Amino acid sequence: MTVTAAKKSRRLPDLSRAPVVDEVGVNERVARFQSRSIKKSSKVEALKLILSMIDLTTLEGQDTPGKVQQLCQKAIHLHDSMPGLPHVAAICVYPTMVGVAKEALADHDIKIASVATAFPSGMSALKVKLDDARMAVKAGATEIDMVISRGNFLGGDYRYVFDEIVAVKEACGDAHLKVILETGELGTLDRVRKASMLAMSAGADFIKTSTGKIQPAATMQVTLTMLQAIRDHYRDTGRMVGMKPAGGISTSKLAIHYLVMLHETLGNAWMTPEWFRFGASSLANDVLMQLLKQSTGLYQSLDYFSKD
Amino acid sequence: MATPGNKLAFDGGWGYDPAPESTDHIDVKSRYGLFINGDFVKPEKGKYFDTINPATEDKLSRVAEASAVDVDKAVKAARAAYRGPWGRMKPAERSKYIYRIARIMQERACEFSVIESLDGGKPIRESRDVDIPLAAAHFFYYAGWADKLEYAFPGRTAKSLGVAGQIIPWNFPLLMASWKIAPALACGNTVVLKPAETTPLTAMKLAEVIADAGLPPGVVNIVTGAGAAGAAIVDHPGVDKVAFTGSTNIGRMIQKSLAGTNKRYTLELGGKAANIIFADAAIDQAVEGIVNGIFFNQGHVCCAGSRLFVQESVADEVIAKLKDRMETLIVGDPLDKNTDVGAINSTMQLDKIQSYLKIGQAEGGDMHQSSCTLPNKGYWCRPTIFTGVSQSSRVVQEEIFGPVLAIQTFRKYDEALTKANNTPYGLSGGIWTDKGSKIFNMTQKIRAGVVWANTFNKFDPTSPFGGYKESGVGREGGLHGLDAYVKLGVK
Repeated sequence: MTVTAAKKSRRLPDLSRAPVVDEVGVNERVARFQSRSIKKSSKVEALKLILSMIDLTTLEGQDTPGKVQQLCQKAIHLHDSMPGLPHVAAICVYPTMVGVAKEALADHDIKIASVATAFPSGMSALKVKLDDARMAVKAGATEIDMVISRGNFLGGDYRYVFDEIVAVKEACGDAHLKVILETGELGTLDRVRKASMLAMSAGADFIKTSTGKIQPAATMQVTLTMLQAIRDHYRDTGRMVGMKPAGGISTSKLAIHYLVMLHETLGNAWMTPEWFRFGASSLANDVLMQLLKQSTGLYQSLDYFSKD
Repeated sequence: MATPGNKLAFDGGWGYDPAPESTDHIDVKSRYGLFINGDFVKPEKGKYFDTINPATEDKLSRVAEASAVDVDKAVKAARAAYRGPWGRMKPAERSKYIYRIARIMQERACEFSVIESLDGGKPIRESRDVDIPLAAAHFFYYAGWADKLEYAFPGRTAKSLGVAGQIIPWNFPLLMASWKIAPALACGNTVVLKPAETTPLTAMKLAEVIADAGLPPGVVNIVTGAGAAGAAIVDHPGVDKVAFTGSTNIGRMIQKSLAGTNKRYTLELGGKAANIIFADAAIDQAVEGIVNGIFFNQGHVCCAGSRLFVQESVADEVIAKLKDRMETLIVGDPLDKNTDVGAINSTMQLDKIQSYLKIGQAEGGDMHQSSCTLPNKGYWCRPTIFTGVSQSSRVVQEEIFGPVLAIQTFRKYDEALTKANNTPYGLSGGIWTDKGSKIFNMTQKIRAGVVWANTFNKFDPTSPFGGYKESGVGREGGLHGLDAYVKLGVK
């Protein structure tokens, strides 16, 4: 499909007819995922998969080129004393740090994701947001994590939000677009479902829960609701959309619960870094610690794992 | 990358390694006698029968087969305890004993759940999270009522009945024992209980708990055996009240043999619950409710949501999602913590279910089963749904008591209601809609003892449970459950 054809096929769905979500039922389903017992080789496999799905993230005002370079090194060399480890999927930084990351990652197959569009609030003019995205892409970002205009969405101006995503998608060119719904500001699972539908129909390659700057960030409830929206979008259109929960997933155990949820909701096709990511900064070390525990039977001190 | 028909693929790829619950800590004797007058005693005729693990067909233990003579001994022991220490005991003291049973049961919850899964075939997840905690909760709940009966029935006096003869089924062995024993004791009665033939072991463990709790001998007697032992309890002249949970057919036989006697009775019988999904429901959660309604405990649930009614405009979506969800159900070793659907309780029950699968297909129903592989040994049935069936189909009318769902569609509210009530049963029902008014309207009109809205198969000791029509007589649980074990008088 050409870009123009794809653009034409984008239609804002009638969100008044969006499926409703029952929160009590979602909680019960999530509890079922959490009661799955993942042991032995299925655990090791899951932990390695989780590593390969991580978007190693640093999104702070105090970020320096040095810190980003270190993060890139970590992305390449997760824990070299343990052979057979995958590398993370991507590193995720602010647009001004994309150039540093590009240089540091050189020809490694690690994607460079950049937040853009007046991240994290999205409170700026469309033109500024588009420039922001273009700048990141130009600097070498292969993935753009944009935020939606929550104010317009909550105010019911779905058209504005839709058009904005379409415009950003166009500005991204070949870069993959992840659309951050900032579910912590949406308030209900019904709205999460609507926002997911809206973002996917506007052309999102990925939908993402949170910026990490607002609490609550990713929850299993919100992620399940988004996964179900992805499944319905796939059923209706045949187009796969990726999922990225971000913020608050810092333990292996929780990450495994997410994998179980993904596995039982969307099935095998989504169980790859191409279609599922964890936006996290401290998850990787916990996963590494668990992996080492699986092979040595002992928990190592955190001092043995590099921080950045 | 879209697969043909935009289908999701759940097979292959990452899977869960076996995570079996350990059986090291359980203590099952090779042989159990009858628990009469505070002791395990040999059956008079010396007969025993095997109890097996339906998931492996391995023998677990041998239990005594009670004869009419043994039942007579048990009833006499119960009568003596009723006339003696238990009848004279202050209600607050009674309640201490019942609390003690509840606490010991909680302490041994892990052992109870493993044995329940071994003997009955239900997934450990359910026995651990549902059966055993709820069983203990029933004892806790009714313990509290023992010294407050005058508040349960304001303006009336409430006296105990005497000896209660109780017969329970194999689908929730320990839980049903608790539903029966706890209110009976709280109201000051003594008990002769017969567990089901295929699932006697947790009742034997309960007998040990009762002994450990120091209940006076004879207050609770547990006799194992088959139909003859049950009939001996029902027919015994020393029994003042009969409480039965099981099939409608046996319930009818009991009612016949009780006719003309002074015995009180409560019967909790079969069901064929309607689970109704309106187009405005939260569909993904409704699909969970369907799964929980029919595949919980392999569908061996009297209140199972075995008749599904889906509003036409969402029927295709609901059925497609249900089929996907069925693919993710893990069928197999009941002791594996990841198992969703365990073994069919007995070879008899499996035969019955399989005969209905044939009937459903012969009637023109379109049968769909999940694609899971089944273990070589043991009794298994894949999660199954029938579409293209109608109100005149036997798989829609009759209780199958297995993981088999009959699906019909409807257009209008009235049609759903008429079809839902067009059954001789009336135990439970479910409604799924986002609209509160529809919930209130519909739940008033469905003739069933329990109606769930936007959920299914929820149980709590404080909530009464029981049936309309051929689903039974009387209520168990809650305040209403006390009524079945007291004689009311005027103050």
